[in-house]
Amino acid sequence: MKRTISAALAAAMLAGAAMADTAKIGFVTTLTTPAAVIGNDMKNAVDLAMEHLGGKAGEHTLEVIFADDGFAPDTGKQATDKLVKQDNVDFVTGFIWSHVLLAARKSALDGGKFLISANAGPSQMAGQLCDPNFFSTSWQNDQTPMAMGEVLNRAGVKSLYIMAPNYAAGKDMVAGLERTFAGEVVGKDLTKWGADAQLDFSAELAKAKASGAQGLFVFYPGAAAGAFVKQYQQAGLKDSLPLYSVFTIDAISLPKLQAAGFQDILGSKITQEWDPSLDNEANKRFVTDFKAKYGSYPSFYAAQSYDAIMLIAAAVEQAGGTGDKDKLRAALKAADFASVRGDFKFGTNNMPVQDFYLREVVADADGNWTTKVVETVYEDAVDPYAAECPMK
Amino acid sequence: MDLSLLVIQTLNGLQLGLLLFLVASGLTLVFGILDFVNLAHASLYMVGAFICATLTFALGNFLLAVLVALPITAAIGWAIERFVARPLYARDHLDHVLATFGLILVMETLAHMIWGPQGIAVPLPAWLNGQVALSETLVIPSFRLVIIGAGLAAAGGLFWLVNYTRLGMLIRAGASNRVMVGALGINIEMLFGLVFALGAALAGLAGMLVAPITEASIGMGNNVIITAFVVIIVGGIGSMKGAFIAALLIGLIDTLGRAFLDDLFKLFMSSAAAETSAPAISAMLIYIIMALVLAIRPQGLFPPKVR
Amino acid sequence: MTRRTLLTLVTMGLLAVLPPVFYLTGNPFYLDLATRLTILAIAAVSLNLILGYGGLVSFGHAAYLGLGAYAVGIPAHHWLYGGLEGIGLNTTSGLVQIPLAVAVCALFALVTGAICLRTKGVYFIMITMAFAQMVYYAIVSIEEYGGDDGLVIDSRSELPGISLDDPLQLFALSYVGLVVAMGLVRMIVNSRFGMVLQGAKGNNERVVMLGLNTYAFRLTAYVVSGAIAGFAGALLGNFTTFISPEMMDWTRSGELMFMVILGGATTSAGPVLGAAAFILLEEALSSLTVYWHLPFGLLLIAVVLFGKGGLVGLLSRREGGK
Repeated sequence: MKRTISAALAAAMLAGAAMADTAKIGFVTTLTTPAAVIGNDMKNAVDLAMEHLGGKAGEHTLEVIFADDGFAPDTGKQATDKLVKQDNVDFVTGFIWSHVLLAARKSALDGGKFLISANAGPSQMAGQLCDPNFFSTSWQNDQTPMAMGEVLNRAGVKSLYIMAPNYAAGKDMVAGLERTFAGEVVGKDLTKWGADAQLDFSAELAKAKASGAQGLFVFYPGAAAGAFVKQYQQAGLKDSLPLYSVFTIDAISLPKLQAAGFQDILGSKITQEWDPSLDNEANKRFVTDFKAKYGSYPSFYAAQSYDAIMLIAAAVEQAGGTGDKDKLRAALKAADFASVRGDFKFGTNNMPVQDFYLREVVADADGNWTTKVVETVYEDAVDPYAAECPMK
Repeated sequence: MDLSLLVIQTLNGLQLGLLLFLVASGLTLVFGILDFVNLAHASLYMVGAFICATLTFALGNFLLAVLVALPITAAIGWAIERFVARPLYARDHLDHVLATFGLILVMETLAHMIWGPQGIAVPLPAWLNGQVALSETLVIPSFRLVIIGAGLAAAGGLFWLVNYTRLGMLIRAGASNRVMVGALGINIEMLFGLVFALGAALAGLAGMLVAPITEASIGMGNNVIITAFVVIIVGGIGSMKGAFIAALLIGLIDTLGRAFLDDLFKLFMSSAAAETSAPAISAMLIYIIMALVLAIRPQGLFPPKVR
Repeated sequence: MTRRTLLTLVTMGLLAVLPPVFYLTGNPFYLDLATRLTILAIAAVSLNLILGYGGLVSFGHAAYLGLGAYAVGIPAHHWLYGGLEGIGLNTTSGLVQIPLAVAVCALFALVTGAICLRTKGVYFIMITMAFAQMVYYAIVSIEEYGGDDGLVIDSRSELPGISLDDPLQLFALSYVGLVVAMGLVRMIVNSRFGMVLQGAKGNNERVVMLGLNTYAFRLTAYVVSGAIAGFAGALLGNFTTFISPEMMDWTRSGELMFMVILGGATTSAGPVLGAAAFILLEEALSSLTVYWHLPFGLLLIAVVLFGKGGLVGLLSRREGGK
């Protein structure tokens, strides 16, 4: 009898020790420079996720520490170093930018932390540099433009002009499109990116127009999106050079474009792995509560950040805390959580295997501009670099 | 090469050059007369754009907003002269550079706090938002023509102001001999404040003209300040004529470089290499030109006669 | 012993003792901070030679940090991925990389200095910046080394006897480097060469009248300064194991200038104190608010307006008043 009691006591104490676990999450994103508009959206989504979770993963406490990458890879790496060495976080997540993620990768993984990208998906990290401790709740960069290439083929577009910023993701986006697009790429411009990015595209748009292409494909995330769309409309290219974009027209740029009255983008086509109109419980709750709390639609950045926190919370709960890294890794890999994308699963390289949709810019019932799904382009798509990853 | 494309790109270059001139003219005025290096000059460009953007929504009219925003920007410039620049006149250029470097951080962060990071898209009246067809293949956005027109008008006005008015006479006199102007009983502090405010208004105007194309955003000044400095160095610091010619030169080189350099490079390198190296080389071009000019003429192309 | 000498000794003593203590008490991040600070202090010391003693306001000193770092990163890149075997630059040997960094920067300083030193005043400030921007864009255009995205250094420099993978040893090397750089600058300044350099700062015409070619003296100082900054760059590359053109941006050059002025130009301890104050302030303020640039900028302005003589002036005045 006495033995049983002390065993029960010991078990309770053990459970108590496990209960005291705090899972620390470092969230690296851009909180200064104009790109902070994306970072703030992600931060809002993380705050909402924490609210939905009540700050808990089962009985374990969750703590999020935000860090600013200043839109520069070296600052992002420093921020990651600090999270790893000083704050001793268990997970490093966030990462809007591919070059920041690539710079920070070694700091997080060498420090024995889990690295979870909530947006950036550089080809290297899906392929040769894949790692058992790296996961993504977004996509590999090539995939969304690959879906767009498929859409273009179905629409019978034969020639295309391409514009994108000159950095890791920009090059991946172009590569992704060229991977599936069957027509001819008649011209391509890679423009200066970073804190002093080029925002006047007059020379490039004039070239695109003169090229005689049947369509214009662009990738201009964040603050550059507004500038691009305005100049596209001012140049009057809507009919002669239809716009096909990825990661450019989103919940961040739409309210601004609506305020300035750029009607031309209504009806514009975009590909994406998620949409606010996706019909599942988690997404409805996320979109409704996000709109109620922040007064605007969440962007895909927000959706992926929300998923990242939910993934971590579920894994921490299922693994019974952060003590056992192997259990935690297995729980992350299992990805048994309620994603805003509906079903969610990882491929062999820890990138999501998911559907891609064609979306259209529309006005909602209240007259606010948003997007809705037109059709599913790919089902359960595996990224093209998975085969290069040595993990099986 | 397509001739109409060349014409369009030349117009684009002209537009950029004129915008650069608006920023550079204030910089060169302030340097020429006050002997003050103002790195934060382009923050006024940003502030002008933001104020104009806010007013466009408040007043519902872009042109009206510009008219109201100009004196406000000038007043901010005057305040900066009074509280930051004036205590520094007696110091060397190094102190100017450092203090105004700090001022950039302050103004950028204030803009971030006031207007948020997202930037503001500025709507244009419908008649400015269309295109003008100069010929069948020569179609350019009408607002770009407005920028060119406004830039030329501002340049002309400035030319008239400096050469044919009493204020201009004082400015010219101040540029060549500051002490003498003071000795003649001119209120030199007033003159300095006016010059600074004028420079601020010109930079602000450039920002207001750019905002409807790109948008008002934090960090927009950083793109332009270094280029504006290149312009006044190439032109010869203190020289209005030099600033004008150098601004057009730099604007054209930058735009034409972006437009045609990759095609040029493709003649002798792989197209992938050309696509990445051309933008960087065209960005480098203006610095190469500046170094070349200074190597041959250490005082720039048109150094003011007396200094 | 003068108060300034005492201040130098105290500063260097604290810098030697505190970081390892932090490391051994389980605060590795503070050691990292100290290593960064020490490396930037080397660059600031080198800038002080020309900016402080020589009166040559170089607004492009970050280019040397960058070039030095790429002199480590590029051979390491080829060591891993092949290429450049013919000229032996596919190596992780620090005995090749570090002299390469110094040599490249000295050469760059010689070529650009020869042109820059023909100009003076604000023209000099701006042309040094222009050359730094050229390097920036040149690196951006080289796709092989990552362009805008930067380059991850997979393997640190290998040196006989010490391992730079050990943060404590990397700090020790940086510290020794700083002491050597300070000693070197001190030696130069107190030599006849240094007298000419400082004389030319005060009154160039007078020195020229004495029959001395100040241009050659200044160019020599410019080259030495560039070479020391290149060494700092090589250390920086080893410290961050990631390099990008961003580290050569003109704002970084401005920060280096600021470290010198904040600490006190034309003093031994000044650049070190300036770098320390700058890095610690940046760290402290940025952890408080994302708007940290506002108090930081105000502080910069205040230091210029009211802080004549920098921290060294402040500290030695205070002590003198006792």
